[in-house]
Amino acid sequence: MVPLSWYLAVAAVLFVLGLFGVLSRRNAVAILMGVELMLNAVNINLLAFWRYTQPENVAGLVFAVIVLTVAAAEAAVGLALFIALYRLRESVNVDEIQLLKG
Amino acid sequence: MTLNDVVLTPILPEAILLLTAILILLIDTFLGDKRWLTWIGLAGVVLAGVSAYRLALSEPVSFQGMAVSDHYTAFFRMVILTATALGLLVALNWLDAHGEQQGEYNALLLLAAIGMMLMAAATHLLTVFVALELLSLSLYILAGFERERATSAEAALKYLLLGAFSSAIFLYGMALMYAATGALDFAGIQQGATMSPLFLVAVGLLIVGFGFKVAAVPFHMWTPDVYQGAPTPITAFMSVGAKAAGFAAFVRLFVGVLGVEKVTWVPVLAALAVLTMTVGNLAALRQVSLKRMLAYSSIAHAGYVLVGLSAANSTGVAAVLFYLFAYAFMNIGAFAVVIALERQGEGDVTLSQVRGLAHTHPLLAGAMAIFMFSLTGIPPFAGFFGKLYLFQAAVQANLTWLALVGVLNSALSAYYYLNVTVQMYMAKEETPPRLHWRPVLGLVAAIGVLFVIAIGIFPQVWLGLAKLGMLALLG
Amino acid sequence: MLNTYAVIGLYALVALTFPFIVLLFARLVRPSKPNPLKNSTYECGMETIGDTWVQFRAQYYLFALVFVVFDVEVVFLYPWAVAYGKLGLFALVEMALFIGLLAVALVYAWRKGILEWQ
Repeated sequence: MVPLSWYLAVAAVLFVLGLFGVLSRRNAVAILMGVELMLNAVNINLLAFWRYTQPENVAGLVFAVIVLTVAAAEAAVGLALFIALYRLRESVNVDEIQLLKG
Repeated sequence: MTLNDVVLTPILPEAILLLTAILILLIDTFLGDKRWLTWIGLAGVVLAGVSAYRLALSEPVSFQGMAVSDHYTAFFRMVILTATALGLLVALNWLDAHGEQQGEYNALLLLAAIGMMLMAAATHLLTVFVALELLSLSLYILAGFERERATSAEAALKYLLLGAFSSAIFLYGMALMYAATGALDFAGIQQGATMSPLFLVAVGLLIVGFGFKVAAVPFHMWTPDVYQGAPTPITAFMSVGAKAAGFAAFVRLFVGVLGVEKVTWVPVLAALAVLTMTVGNLAALRQVSLKRMLAYSSIAHAGYVLVGLSAANSTGVAAVLFYLFAYAFMNIGAFAVVIALERQGEGDVTLSQVRGLAHTHPLLAGAMAIFMFSLTGIPPFAGFFGKLYLFQAAVQANLTWLALVGVLNSALSAYYYLNVTVQMYMAKEETPPRLHWRPVLGLVAAIGVLFVIAIGIFPQVWLGLAKLGMLALLG
Repeated sequence: MLNTYAVIGLYALVALTFPFIVLLFARLVRPSKPNPLKNSTYECGMETIGDTWVQFRAQYYLFALVFVVFDVEVVFLYPWAVAYGKLGLFALVEMALFIGLLAVALVYAWRKGILEWQ
């Protein structure tokens, strides 16, 4: 059987990749994709911990399922906001959207 | 499992709010009658308040181990329902200009309130996460509610991106906490909480996640932009409600559950408190926009609350509860005045717009002055006792230096709060501010003034309630 | 144990090499008579007119958003159906509440005219 630490390593790498995407990308959609990657990394973690430490208690499994749906809702709200912003500004690049500062 | 387990009793107030939100949406879409929507929402809030009160009289009941209805929950329900009621009222003026979306506004506000109340009630990391997302998603939409105003859309974008980012970090912390303690429910976490590298990383990530949500420095960068760009009624509501909800879960999880391992997180929170107070106050000093100034002020206030959280003792928890309650009235009151001053379609108020307000609208200026005094922490207003209890708790916990930093920061904050008062009373303006506002804003300001004074004169009554809430947590 | 892996390995090897063998064989036996029409991007069908970077109607997004939300909710229905025998009445009430809430959302979307294609 694949040891637990391998899953954790994959999840950590995915999480850091997502983090890098969020910090380095300028397009709002790409940033949101980075966030989704981070959420999926957490899901791998949750499922691995559930399977290896307490497979009789489904809490970890259910958590992962709910994270999936919440991520979908978040993406739906996010894309709707991006469309609204795009109509106003013809761009969803975060460095071009700088009306508020101080 | 019997029918008895299905009963929603412990989360009845939340269920009532949900039904109200659905009712509002359906009335709006089917009848197209928008006149009564706000009042239906208010009726729902009152009903939820009654049921929350009745629940508070009975023994604590758990909802399937996911959430609990105890005095701690009851206290936060009171704070959040108050903020919701005032949030519904202050929006009446502004909704006139956005008549089309009244139903959505009121329904989303109620949904956000449900999320906030569930955060206070949560006894399971899953509930914390779902409640947090419910309140965040509602607030993202509300922040961008004025779609035609670019600053509002920008505020929503920034809020969404940073909020989703922080949620992911928060969630990673939860997953690691699950690994370190082998449980997701608070009771299990409390049993399994032992020092280990994994546990430390989990605590760190959770602090970062909560730090984003309550706007603690250095995780505050979204706050000024979002508070300034969002429609002012929403800013008023989320500056109070989201902060109270964030701290509710923060305190329950850290002091209530992870209290045994507090040596690991108290120094971190104390450092965050110092940073948050100082950076918030220093940045507020140089603002020209009144909304942005209040945004930085709300960051500073999160710092004061963090002082009580760092104390991590019974006095500290009671002080945090008391403070959040008092803060609800003074902050929403101040924002009600800002809304009254707002010009149509601008969504912002500069400091120069309050010049000479006392000469044209003495009552409004008087109310604003009281809110500013209370936010500074001048006796006999509510804010003074809030800070007093917080700093007392820090001294009791041998964090006297932290209390001192807090006092110094309060003195610093006096400069920009009192500056508003000076501008209103001393400055003469040839063109006095012209307001178009509805009496309901006056009502909100009056309620704010009433409670700020009542809490200031009879602090023991409210502290007693806060102590009840604290006892539910610490026994 | 090792034997089963060997079978999988063999299978993978065949699966990987098979397409190359077929393509190579086809290349050897087929006649090659190129002309400009045959070499165009779309041998059958029409040349595209204008840029491919056209904007979709925003309405596509509305459908997609509504779809995504409802699509993902099915995630809850499967485990519920699998474990239904053990959960009993509680699960039934919970799921009724859940579907009811979704139905309200659908009714709302329908009344707002989101489901009508303009």
